[in-house]
Amino acid sequence: MTKLLPMNRRSFLQTTAVGAAALGLSPSLFSATAAAQTALTVGFIYVGPKDDYGYNQAHAEGAAVIKAMAGVTVVEEENVPETVDVQKTMESMINLDGATLVFPTSFGYFDPHMLAMAEKYPDVQFRHCGGLWQEGKNPMNTGSYFGYIGQGQYLNGITAGYASKSKKIGFVAAKPIPQVLQNINSFLLGARSVDPAITCQVIFTGEWSLAVKEAEATNALIDQGADVITCHVDSPKVVVETAAGRGAFVCGYHANQSPLAPEKYLTGAEWAWGNVYTDFVKKAQAGEKLGNFVRGGLKDGFVKMSPLGPAVSAEARTKFDTTLAEMMKGTFSVFKGPIKDNKGGDAVTASQVLAEDAIELESMAYLVEGVVGSTS
Amino acid sequence: MTIEANTSALPPLSAQTGNLRPMLEWLARRAEPLVISLGAILAGLALFSVVIVVIGKSPADLFKLMYTGGFGSWFSIQNSLSRAAPLLLTALCVALPARLGLVIIGGEGAVVLGGVAAAAIALPFIGSAPPIIVLPLMALAGMLMGGLWIGAVGMLRHYRGVNETIASLLMAYIAIALMNHFIEGPLRDPASLNKPSTAPLPAEYMLGNIPGMDVNWGLAIGVVACIISFILIEATSFGFAARIAGGNVRAAQIQGLPVGRLIVGFAAIAGSFAGLAGMVEVAAVQGSANASLAAGYGYTGILVAFLARHNPLAIIPVAILLGGIDASGGLIQRRMDLPDATVLVLQGTLFVVILLCETFYGRFKIFNPDLWKRTA
Repeated sequence: MTKLLPMNRRSFLQTTAVGAAALGLSPSLFSATAAAQTALTVGFIYVGPKDDYGYNQAHAEGAAVIKAMAGVTVVEEENVPETVDVQKTMESMINLDGATLVFPTSFGYFDPHMLAMAEKYPDVQFRHCGGLWQEGKNPMNTGSYFGYIGQGQYLNGITAGYASKSKKIGFVAAKPIPQVLQNINSFLLGARSVDPAITCQVIFTGEWSLAVKEAEATNALIDQGADVITCHVDSPKVVVETAAGRGAFVCGYHANQSPLAPEKYLTGAEWAWGNVYTDFVKKAQAGEKLGNFVRGGLKDGFVKMSPLGPAVSAEARTKFDTTLAEMMKGTFSVFKGPIKDNKGGDAVTASQVLAEDAIELESMAYLVEGVVGSTS
Repeated sequence: MTIEANTSALPPLSAQTGNLRPMLEWLARRAEPLVISLGAILAGLALFSVVIVVIGKSPADLFKLMYTGGFGSWFSIQNSLSRAAPLLLTALCVALPARLGLVIIGGEGAVVLGGVAAAAIALPFIGSAPPIIVLPLMALAGMLMGGLWIGAVGMLRHYRGVNETIASLLMAYIAIALMNHFIEGPLRDPASLNKPSTAPLPAEYMLGNIPGMDVNWGLAIGVVACIISFILIEATSFGFAARIAGGNVRAAQIQGLPVGRLIVGFAAIAGSFAGLAGMVEVAAVQGSANASLAAGYGYTGILVAFLARHNPLAIIPVAILLGGIDASGGLIQRRMDLPDATVLVLQGTLFVVILLCETFYGRFKIFNPDLWKRTA
């Protein structure tokens, strides 16, 4: 009977005993060997699954980059809600795993959760993705990092403008908040730089992750004639698969979704968190001060574009490349006046040229002319 | 009188067993749910071990980690208790109506609206009234809102014959939509740009932690609510009437019991506990009402209530057990590289096995003194 099983009771007990012994020994071994290269345990917390083809996967890919660095131990936890759970997860990483640098990656982790833990553990460094940190108001062992991804959506828009036959493109958005509105507007402005007649229909699902509504919204946009779709939701997987299944082209967001729709995927605006995390970890290992407010865009290596898909025409490729080159020089502005909002008012006045880090963009509350939809 | 009559009806017993028998009978009757539940949990864990072996990991390591993460240290215990706290109240929202034969699964709706009501009522008083007035007012507002919401489910059930399970579930979606409307519209703090929230509560209006523990007052509130509910059901005529109506509505009506009032009343009390959970979430954790209120506590409460067989006192250990499983989930992810779904599989397995074991009630002679041999 026992022969049928791959492992009998005795060998099972032996292996678990050896395993337990190894577990018990490993910390002391670690400290002996790793002391030379400044051992560092880094905690990553994700609000959704780390293989979501989206927001969380982008961070997990970044975590994977630093996992390969010498002397770095990475501990990760996924699907952690923005409640007392995330506070306890941070504490658990600090107390049980010895993490001294923690990256809570969801926007809602900042206040009150990360701030409460930062006060309780002043020797631990906390860096939050989202960009809320304010000097004088928030503790110095905390900080924020974020990327300007609007220009990436502008480049998405350029490929969409060339690919669209119906001159209607579509955007599946989570919530009408400034970051999302900026992406929608950038996407349309990119497409209009190709053809000013293009319009973009937007549908807000109301939630960051709600697969059913995302599929419904995608179908509704295509039913209304849109033939290129992009989105800003936590996981673009449903939108990309639904759109490609209906024969529409797609532009990606957060991470590279081309494996989901290799023929229909034009390009995508992706986070390049690996660069950002590598920089933080190198500084931490060298004992240098970590930045408290870290931001950057395409030219700073915070954001990258997915490789252009097979459906992108040569003409589109040229315009994409020249615009990208300008962006890399730092001379490009998406929000260059005059731009009207879609209710007829002035969004950006004729004299205004807003750089990607302009403070005005942080509180964007309008949709530009040509976007069909409403923020409320 | 009655005692004499009883003993005279029984055959003569020896002096010793005569003293022991009532005690044994008492023990036997109470041991049944305990033994069956524990047996079910063990069977569930065994089944779960099979899954773990199949994916090539050691169940022994896993259970050891679960113990470490859930209950292995004072930190872990507090972690588990923190996670259990909101479940106590949301489980009551399921357990109380269940005693009347109602399956209400939409406690989530009462949680989020209770939270919004609590946050809203506090707004005009911040700064002008002391916390000792504002906090009870918030609790009252949360309970009233939750009570109205689930009370309405009871009314739909009794007066219009609408299935309470479906009604409560669908109303939870309406509640979340309402919450989003309020926090993104009339109640939005203009400073909450990328995470719409109500204005934050100043620190002095927060509930804080139980002295000597790193667990907020929600735990104490939940335990007291469970004890009050137990007394309500087991020791009041209102609770007795409810149990009769739950056993047989027709019989209750023939007896002249106010079934309608019982149904609406119990639903309202149940909802008020869930609403209170929302208030605690605002006043002890979030500091404002925002989308993080819909963290799924209402749904996990269903699991807790069913595992506790709708006994308010049993809810306490079951909630702590689930809190512990939840707390250990992070450690399992981090140390064993298993996905977050691992603990969900465990929870699901336990749920199904425990429900299956319901069929064993009354089948074991040892727990039924009426079937024991009359002579010792």
